[in-house]
Amino acid sequence: MISTTAVDMKKGRDARGRRTIRAWAVAFWLAVWQAVSMALDQQILLVSPVRVLVRLAGLAVTAEFWGAVLFTLLRITGGFLLGAGAGVVLAGLASRFRRVEELLAPAMLTVKSIPVASFIILALIWFSSRNLAVLISFLMVLPVIYTSTLGGIRAADRQLLEMAQVFRIPALRRVRYLYVPQVFPYFHSACAAALGLSWKSGVAAEVIGMPQGSIGEQLQQAKVYLNTPDLFAWTLVIVLLSLAFEKLFLLLLRRGKRALERM
Amino acid sequence: MADICITGLCKAYDGKPVLRDFSAVLPAGRVTGLMAPSGAGKTTLLRILMGLEQPDAGSVTGLEGRRMSAVFQEDRLCDNLDAVANIRLVTPGLARAKTLDALDAVGLGSCAGQPARELSGGMRRRVALLRALLAEYDVLFLDEPFKGLDRDTRTRVIADTRTRCAGRTVLLVTHDAGELDAMGVTQRLTLEMI
Repeated sequence: MISTTAVDMKKGRDARGRRTIRAWAVAFWLAVWQAVSMALDQQILLVSPVRVLVRLAGLAVTAEFWGAVLFTLLRITGGFLLGAGAGVVLAGLASRFRRVEELLAPAMLTVKSIPVASFIILALIWFSSRNLAVLISFLMVLPVIYTSTLGGIRAADRQLLEMAQVFRIPALRRVRYLYVPQVFPYFHSACAAALGLSWKSGVAAEVIGMPQGSIGEQLQQAKVYLNTPDLFAWTLVIVLLSLAFEKLFLLLLRRGKRALERM
Repeated sequence: MADICITGLCKAYDGKPVLRDFSAVLPAGRVTGLMAPSGAGKTTLLRILMGLEQPDAGSVTGLEGRRMSAVFQEDRLCDNLDAVANIRLVTPGLARAKTLDALDAVGLGSCAGQPARELSGGMRRRVALLRALLAEYDVLFLDEPFKGLDRDTRTRVIADTRTRCAGRTVLLVTHDAGELDAMGVTQRLTLEMI
């Protein structure tokens, strides 16, 4: 068994601690929001946070709400996971075979450069809107994960790789003990960036495509009827889902890495 | 087991020759010493023998299909792994108890579980040396393996290395003739500055 170290875990906790959102800061911005809303006194322009919470509580007791949450959550999660998985596999292949990297370079550049709205409209022409969020999340996540992971593989310590070559360490052990620890920080950072992106692009796809029973459809309807409390309540739901998914996924990722090191 | 025959090795970097027509025989089952000043091309020679570089000219026979082990000029340890894990990375079949005994023999018993990044230079060197000695190998390359060790530790480590290398094919590169004497090396090669 090859053991992990306490130092790694402590460093990880410290780094996470520095990034933690402070309750006082959240309270401050909520107070600002409430004050501006009261000053405007126009709920259609800026609804108050209290009203949003009340509306959210009202929505949360309906089956339709949870159906929409589940619909969008499953599709965006699916798109993210597919994009992350494909990004890692393609980065591995590109690092090994120069031709693969050359082949992928224009495709990745194109995906990165084209505005997400263009993709959504194009995809709507070719496919049904029901699983549009999967495709759009996938496309937004793929180049981020691919580029970062490839960078991580390329930055791996050459001297350690030569050592592995001389000692003929098998490929799987090299991946587990040499590549994973060195590439993980790159992959972790890329995931943190791509998670938010997958939610933003996925929901945008739903707003434009309006698949029935999705959060995007609810947002679009709130816009059409100028239902500002609903618009804010659904936006809050998206933010909360995105944050919760990000925290949970990154936690599982770190735990997975530690479990792998302990094996 | 066959001798390793090095014939007419040449290597240049950016047109600057580092090795020129180097030939030697490393007898099987013996320790061969290689003395050379800094910059004479000894690390380049080792890299060619280990298959990490291709020579511009010349050939090496007797290494085909042979398992190699090495102490590099740098320690090349995985910083996040402890000493035991670094050693077992290259020899997964080695029992933990045996690894601990080996670490104890070179004065590292008490820090076997410490990550490599927390070890001193001398400790890291001993771990790198043990990793090479405990690996399953046919040929061992040692590039200044006792570098950075204090006198007492070096004496102890050389004695341990000499015991473990007995009857094996080893190329030991050093600046210090005293190390070759302490290792009981009789077959000695030199590399001159070009």
